[in-house]
Amino acid sequence: MLLNKNGRLFSLIFGILFLLICGIFLLDLIFGSVNIPFKKVFAILYGADVKSSWNYIILNFRLPKALTAIFVGAGLSVTGLMMQTLFRNPLAGPYVLGISSGASLGVALMVMASALMPVAFGVISAFLGSWALVVAAVVGASLVFMLVALASLKISDSVSLLIIGIMFGSITGAVVNILQYFSDPEQIQSFIVWTFGSLAGVTWTEMKVMVPIVFSGLIIAFFLIKPLDALLLGENYARGVGISVNKTRIAVIISTALIAGTLTAFTGPIAFVGVAVPHIARSIFRTASHKVLMPAVILIGAAIMLACDIISQIPGNQNTLPINSVTALFGGPVVIWVIMRSRNVKASFAG
Amino acid sequence: MSEIKEVQKDILVTQDLSIGYKQGKKEQLCLLSDINLTIRRGEMVCLLGPNGAGKSTLMRTIAGIQTPLAGCTLVEGIPIRDRNFKEIAQLLSIVLTERINVGNLTVYHIVSLGRHPYTSWMGRLSEEDNDKIKWALEQVGLLHYADHFINQLSDGERQRVMIAKALAQDTPLIMLDEPTAHLDLPNRVDIMRLLHRLARETNKAILLSTHELDLALQAADVIWLMALGQTIKVGAPEDLVLNGSIEETFHNKSFIFDRKTGNFIMNYQKKQIIQVLGNDVMGFWTQRALSREGYQVTCEEAGNCSVKLLEDTMEWEIHRNGEMKKCQSIQELLAYLRTFFIHD
Repeated sequence: MLLNKNGRLFSLIFGILFLLICGIFLLDLIFGSVNIPFKKVFAILYGADVKSSWNYIILNFRLPKALTAIFVGAGLSVTGLMMQTLFRNPLAGPYVLGISSGASLGVALMVMASALMPVAFGVISAFLGSWALVVAAVVGASLVFMLVALASLKISDSVSLLIIGIMFGSITGAVVNILQYFSDPEQIQSFIVWTFGSLAGVTWTEMKVMVPIVFSGLIIAFFLIKPLDALLLGENYARGVGISVNKTRIAVIISTALIAGTLTAFTGPIAFVGVAVPHIARSIFRTASHKVLMPAVILIGAAIMLACDIISQIPGNQNTLPINSVTALFGGPVVIWVIMRSRNVKASFAG
Repeated sequence: MSEIKEVQKDILVTQDLSIGYKQGKKEQLCLLSDINLTIRRGEMVCLLGPNGAGKSTLMRTIAGIQTPLAGCTLVEGIPIRDRNFKEIAQLLSIVLTERINVGNLTVYHIVSLGRHPYTSWMGRLSEEDNDKIKWALEQVGLLHYADHFINQLSDGERQRVMIAKALAQDTPLIMLDEPTAHLDLPNRVDIMRLLHRLARETNKAILLSTHELDLALQAADVIWLMALGQTIKVGAPEDLVLNGSIEETFHNKSFIFDRKTGNFIMNYQKKQIIQVLGNDVMGFWTQRALSREGYQVTCEEAGNCSVKLLEDTMEWEIHRNGEMKKCQSIQELLAYLRTFFIHD
């Protein structure tokens, strides 16, 4: 049967993708504002003490940044894939349930309201120190997530849930706007810089928190492969083959909150990858099976984020571009090209 | 002896079932109560009834998707509400009206979803699962399409894929909600014949709701006739025709049910009597055309107008007030009749 033939072809593509990631990962370590010869990079990775400043850059800056890129690319793509299947909507992504809006509300409050109400927020942000933004984002995202989760228990159809998620996004957006209106330019600037997203800020200590949470979200996602496949035929058929649609929906929401909420807290809202990568994966593998798509979006997402990180460095230059601009600027044309070529993105969803 | 028992075994029994909707906290809208129905192995049951009679509600309640207001459904002797989704999915499989339109999804993959209740959390298909899927595709005659994408198939083929999915699910009962709704006539007949054959050959019970009265009368073993506020009438299709139940259920001013043919005939207002001389196929279709135009057709002499059929040459002769005109087609005949009908 074709399945076996496809199986072999799929393993080949997966192999190529894996090698590609390894290659881009090394390139990401090599390129940066400081020129470090690539033999030295290998030496540092093998544990040699080449030059203390170079060692520091590679081990404490470039390595966590590249690992963050992998987790962001993989995590956001997986949540995007799950959202697109759950809502049967090609435009759905990790943030449709208002997680990034919640996080941005938290950060906006922390950054801007500390000026309006210095007593309350000033004390909190001084107490939290470098964790202030992360904690603010987590609290904001969890709050919105909790409301959406409560709504999802009451509501049994996905379209209403999608609308509620978008409404939460609008409401928090409005609050953020009001805060901006009353804030000083410097504070607005530091908030806007956060919304640009950044892979660079994550330290090893923060990694120890980020990685286990994102990883547990990914594990939940892998347990959802089978119910998501059934959901391709719609909720009624999924129930008909013994899938509990409500349980699946809640599991998808929890997994998305863990992955997207945590990543947003540490890197800012990184747009685009979550929506685009599932489409790229579908057009490469020509399948709707989540058994193939789930690992595929992890590999493709990781590769794309690493590549975007390299581009954002602008080799030989001190400046870096905001990662959000890079993902859209270079990823956008790729997705347009993919869609023009395959012409069946819309048909990937039941109409 | 044991074989006969197996064949006649009740698969699904409803006990004093009441169907309807809960409105608000206390109020409830009861469509029908005290429903006691039985489906046996190898039986094809067609659920008929006008729109709004509660066919879908009954189907949903039987399938355990909607909770009954009272009573219960027993599948193989055990109430369906005591079972979880996975167990229900091993007892009854469903085929819906909705058209499946998902890209990049192969026929084989869709049918393999029918094996979900039997596979592990990863959904890995065993040798037995693959055999079942192939068998199911063979039954609906689509094995050669296994590797095609579903959106490359016609509507009739898509519906057969969904029937194959239900077969792969390996349940004693298959429920289909208006499976022929958006298909053309040949496909509708094919699907009904396929279901009838499957009920016989696989000894499964098949329950389908449909609006295709004529097809249901020909294919069903048992018909459940639903009408709003009336108890469900159950019987062989022929019995329901002979005792007038079908006529009663579908009673309407604008058409009449012809017991002789099992067809519905539209009831046009009759303005004028016309005599038609000639029988057989040509006579039948001429009569249909004339009654659509508002003529009451008779074979006795009546009025001042008569149509004579010349079957050898496929011509129509119209005699009116001594005048005679020959027409080559029914269209011409009707046009001619219209000209002097206006003058009269």
